[in-house]
Amino acid sequence: MDNKKGYLSTFLNGIITENPTLVLFLGMCPTLAVTTGVVNGIGMGLSTTAVLVCSNIVISLLRKFIPDKIRIASFIVIIAGFVTIVQMLLNAYVPALSSSLGIYIPLIVVNCIILGRAEAFASKNSVGKSAFDGLGMGLGFTCALVLIAAIREILGAGTFAGIPLFGDSFQPVSIMILPPGAFLTLGVLLAIINVIGAKIKNKKKDTDTEKEGI
Amino acid sequence: MVAELLVIAIGAILINNFVLVQFLGICPFLGVSKKVDTSVGMGFAVIFVMACASIITWCVQYYLLVPFHLEYLQTIAFILVIAVLVQFVEMFLKKSIPSLYSALGVYLPLITTNCAVLGVAIQNITKFTGVEMSFVKSLVYGVSAGIGFTVAIVLFAGVRERLESSDVPEFLKGMPITLVTAALLSIAFLGFSGLSF
Repeated sequence: MDNKKGYLSTFLNGIITENPTLVLFLGMCPTLAVTTGVVNGIGMGLSTTAVLVCSNIVISLLRKFIPDKIRIASFIVIIAGFVTIVQMLLNAYVPALSSSLGIYIPLIVVNCIILGRAEAFASKNSVGKSAFDGLGMGLGFTCALVLIAAIREILGAGTFAGIPLFGDSFQPVSIMILPPGAFLTLGVLLAIINVIGAKIKNKKKDTDTEKEGI
Repeated sequence: MVAELLVIAIGAILINNFVLVQFLGICPFLGVSKKVDTSVGMGFAVIFVMACASIITWCVQYYLLVPFHLEYLQTIAFILVIAVLVQFVEMFLKKSIPSLYSALGVYLPLITTNCAVLGVAIQNITKFTGVEMSFVKSLVYGVSAGIGFTVAIVLFAGVRERLESSDVPEFLKGMPITLVTAALLSIAFLGFSGLSF
């Protein structure tokens, strides 16, 4: 395979075809918990991306040295190290975001996306590819978070990233900001994706049968 | 004292339910809730590990990290303690109580990556009530967080067992209907937020 193409497809793989949140259902806890506002979603997404890229690079570099038996423990220590760095940086430079994300920042350690990619990709592939995989997966996660957060914030508070969108007459659906709204939004979103996926499949089938007919 | 502990327990089980209100431990909640039996097993494993984790991480924090000014190593230390603890519990149960071990099965190792366990350990230290938690309070909080998890997952498994036999539209099958069901359950638990003391 062409090397350049390999990098690009690895990158896009994470954003679309294997989107960690919407297709693989990984990392559900932060997805549901921090999506009360777009700003939180972006903050969480980018923090996770940073950790994911760094840990993927380091694990890929060390993949020949880590003994097979203790690899999971080693991965967790590497990930926890980067999470601690991110936690300190957020605390120092964006204290407001840090306090609104709260406990979910240290919990990036147990985000299954990161350990999953370490185990499934970084421990088997070259450094460059692992970095792109981390970036793609991280951005895919960020996109999903922003999408869910946007729906919840617009419906639940009538704002987008803190900017009011509607006039005073808008009555916010506050349940969308509350915990049930997270489950509901993600459920409906997945149902919509299912419908679109089924339509694309049907179209493909139709064109296939047409071709056969010809 | 007893009243205070009761407030912590009810708070963790009903008002701030770990799964449905705080979104901790969603992965096992969605993954292992297809049958009531298995979800009960998972629930008890989580209660057990949470209780042990609360005790040990509290000791690590106040006898190791604080005296040596190593608080910034909290995340790394806690996740390692939990990983080792789960491994140890697994070995211990295998040797001494094989019946419980086989009942819990694969759920034990899965608990390491259950964010609820790390969550409870961190919340014990970063004072969710605004005051520093004493040892007993941490333990009570850990156990009741586990009970809250169990209540949620068992209730949810009950609903999902019924969903199996119901006629669900094609595009809602699988994850979407599961999440919508969880939303309804979460609305029910929202009712407890009026109970705040």
